[in-house]
Amino acid sequence: MSPPKRRRRSPGQDRPAALPPPGKPGTPGKPGPPGEEAEIRNPERLFVIGGEGGGERADIDLVTLIVARADPPVSATPEQAALLRLCAAPLSAAELSAYLSLPFSVVTVLLTDLLATELVQARAPIVRQRVADRNLLEAVMHGLQKL
Amino acid sequence: MDFKNSDTIPGPRTEDRLPHTTEAAVKIVIVGGFGVGKTTMVGSVSEIRPLTTEETMTQAGIGVDDNFGSASKTATTVAMDFGRITITDELVLYLFGTPGQERFWFLWNGLFEGALGAVVLVDTRRLEVSFDVMGRLEERGVPFVVAVNSFPDAPRYPVAELRTALDLPEEIPILDCDVRRRASSRDVLMTLMRFLHALAMKGALT
Repeated sequence: MSPPKRRRRSPGQDRPAALPPPGKPGTPGKPGPPGEEAEIRNPERLFVIGGEGGGERADIDLVTLIVARADPPVSATPEQAALLRLCAAPLSAAELSAYLSLPFSVVTVLLTDLLATELVQARAPIVRQRVADRNLLEAVMHGLQKL
Repeated sequence: MDFKNSDTIPGPRTEDRLPHTTEAAVKIVIVGGFGVGKTTMVGSVSEIRPLTTEETMTQAGIGVDDNFGSASKTATTVAMDFGRITITDELVLYLFGTPGQERFWFLWNGLFEGALGAVVLVDTRRLEVSFDVMGRLEERGVPFVVAVNSFPDAPRYPVAELRTALDLPEEIPILDCDVRRRASSRDVLMTLMRFLHALAMKGALT
């Protein structure tokens, strides 16, 4: 029996005209059945933690590394205090989301406030370039070989 | 559900803390259909127990339009498992296992755009579920390799036949793997890195 057949696509082909802004809660998805890895939940509480959600968000990637610059001030909310304790050593925004059990977008809202008040420092990730940095790729290969 | 008291939040174990010298992170995305072994692969190479980040999206257009004005909106939670490998004292690699449906990809800022590359994990019993994923990666110009997770009862195809069926050019690696084994998962990642390195060499020459 032969396998089913696919047809290759090319860069830029059928690119969606307008992408919804990433990382915002409540961004409508395309119509379709919910995925098998999805569950239904009431979104109301997240809205409260994240505030009104109208303000600008800091540009936080899943793997932006966050480091606390100070102990939690007395004015810190429980979420902010927990976050600051977690990133006494560098920790990615994704790990903060996991340990705090908060959606990633809510963590970015918390981090936006903490960055504005200089309670945390953000270390930007190295992202893919059109021509990749070979030294970087070689460093990763060397690291994987040690596994 | 109230937010847990901040003193009781389980953070990283002492041995899971990154050194203060860690300057930057890179990421690789493992993408494939449900049950193809994404989380198993993340877990087999990760130095930390795999963690889960979530994002929510409202159910617009999924039959909730009648709820207009009602306070009981529903949201879909999409989970993504990830793991971590420390590369050097300055650099750390994160691996994200991502559902194949593109509508979930928008939920995480720069998930694919910033990734070094992707591993498309396929199951030959359901090869066609990976077709759309590959097409989307091609459209976005995300470099990827194809790893065939070997399930015992899955049909075995010669690589050449798979390459024809998947309509993949000669340079894109296709390899068999057993994601339960660390060495096998590591080989998949190494294959991706070598492929990216070859692309970088080619790019530097043009």
